[in-house]
Amino acid sequence: MSAEADPSLITLHELTKTYGHGDAAFQALRGVDLTINKGEFVAVMGPSGSGKSTLMNVLGCLDTPTSGHYLYQGVPVETLNAEQRSLLRRHALGFIFQGFNLLARTSALENVELPLLYRGISKKERRERAEEALVSVGLPTKMRNTPAELSGGQQQRVAIARAVVTQPSTLFADEPTGNLDTSTTAEIMELLTRLNQDRGITVVMVTHEDEVAAYARRTVRVKDGLIEFDRLHHEPAPLQP
Amino acid sequence: MNMLWNAFFIALREIRRNLTRAFLTVLGIIIGVAAVITMVTLGQGTTQAVKNQISNLGTNLMTLRPGVGFGPRSAGTPNFTQGDADAVREQISGIAAVAPLMSASLSSIHLQNARSTQITGTTPEYFMISKWSIGEGRFFNEQDYRTGAAVCVIGTTAKKELFGNEEALGQKIRLGKASCTIIGILVSKGQSFGGDQDDTIVVPLTTLQRRLVGKTSAHDVREIMISAEDGADTDVIIDDINVLMRQRRSLGKNEADNFSVRDTRQLAETLSSSTKMMTSLLAAVAGVSLLVGGIGIMNIMLVSVTERTREIGIRLAIGARSREVLLQFLVEAVTLSSIGGVIGIAIALGLCVGLAGLIQVPFQFDARINIIAFFFSTAVGVIFGFAPARRAARLDPIEALRHE
Repeated sequence: MSAEADPSLITLHELTKTYGHGDAAFQALRGVDLTINKGEFVAVMGPSGSGKSTLMNVLGCLDTPTSGHYLYQGVPVETLNAEQRSLLRRHALGFIFQGFNLLARTSALENVELPLLYRGISKKERRERAEEALVSVGLPTKMRNTPAELSGGQQQRVAIARAVVTQPSTLFADEPTGNLDTSTTAEIMELLTRLNQDRGITVVMVTHEDEVAAYARRTVRVKDGLIEFDRLHHEPAPLQP
Repeated sequence: MNMLWNAFFIALREIRRNLTRAFLTVLGIIIGVAAVITMVTLGQGTTQAVKNQISNLGTNLMTLRPGVGFGPRSAGTPNFTQGDADAVREQISGIAAVAPLMSASLSSIHLQNARSTQITGTTPEYFMISKWSIGEGRFFNEQDYRTGAAVCVIGTTAKKELFGNEEALGQKIRLGKASCTIIGILVSKGQSFGGDQDDTIVVPLTTLQRRLVGKTSAHDVREIMISAEDGADTDVIIDDINVLMRQRRSLGKNEADNFSVRDTRQLAETLSSSTKMMTSLLAAVAGVSLLVGGIGIMNIMLVSVTERTREIGIRLAIGARSREVLLQFLVEAVTLSSIGGVIGIAIALGLCVGLAGLIQVPFQFDARINIIAFFFSTAVGVIFGFAPARRAARLDPIEALRHE
């Protein structure tokens, strides 16, 4: 099976993660096997302490597994050092967080430009691509505003624009609607669904809300460091026009 | 290179984002740099002023003083006599002029104006040796000296204090016990070594001895000024004078000199070495403030790293390498301290120009000390910025993102 023909983007095999040593050791992941294909929209669910955050951190290359294998687009992530993982994040991954994590006192435009800055992209192109990304998330008029001047939903849109401006292959979303009200939640979820469907970005999202998980086409439930069940939804959530 | 440029760009953006904090951070550097440059520049100006004044005295001038060194002489060291001055003039070869100086602090009175003035009694050769020029009237001459004539020559400050704007030439003033006619007014020489050279009244030595104070002792000459002929070797003359004076003062083989002969070169060296020492001392104190400024930068940068932990987490998450974070904080510290250095230099130049005018020292711009101070401020940024930057770079992205 050649690499081109392999549709899998992420492959975990017997993955474990242990924190601490000796008696104080705590095994957060106890042998996870998981495959995510290109273009999927996966919701990772589970009670707190189940290991879902650890799983996300390992998947997002922010943390390293204690044992087992993690292939991202054929690259064995467990063999990469911190710097190589940084570069992998820079070129292939995007992140959005529950707390938005925008730079304070920095305009929306500059926040979105930030990942391009680390890519060494010219000022002019940076500006164009950041503006384009902000338009695509529906904020064409808020580019000069700082996070303090934006609503929660608008801040999360800026964060999404920042995550996708580098055209990542995977977008990791950690409780992206945890701080938002119901109607804004729907808007953000529709935006993520559209990015997944229209631009083919693979989305891996942690959530504990069933309504939010319903937007995904596949749900992976984690419990006690193991995958409890892994289920494809019969129908994708209906998109509002 | 691109990475460095990027780090510089990010750092500038960070500095602009919080200008007040940036200003407070670099305040120590600004003060340190400004202080060092001001001290060194003014110190060099002072040294130069001293050198200029000494070279105005002429290169072939020697002074013979009782005691050794420049400090107040120990009690019991005898002054010179007029005979010592005559002996130098007659017995040492290569001498152009000799002027014995006697001084007395007497009240000088004209009408209701009275003040205490240092009166110098000397020979006519004094004016030539001391490079005085006459403004009005004339110097006193050999005949005035021989007869002990009741005449005096006064400096512009003395004239102004006693006569204001009125005509002084030909007037009589009372000096101590007698009246003297003013026969000449000297051209102003200005300040020297912190004293006003123009606050002077010069009379023939004989006049001072006989008329003004009444002769008290033969040993009344406190200093003998000697000028060598052009081309004469002052070192040889100094040795000859030493031998002569030891003999005249009856010093035994094992007795140390109780007088000293110096030429202007030695005087210049002594004085400029003491001003140089003062300058380096002040510069060192100012240098400490630069060091304290550096610690200030480190302090604020450490606080800043803690305060911006989440921001560092965000940067790491979106793909910044740890060395890029290190570089960002390091460049930020260096940029801050360099900006502080530039502001410090600007303030120092303003201070130097202002103070040089105020304390009457020539202002000499020295590019070297400015460049050194600038590089030092930059180095302070590197040294004191490194620890905070390393702390930022070593943060774990997950921990950093979780930081509240």
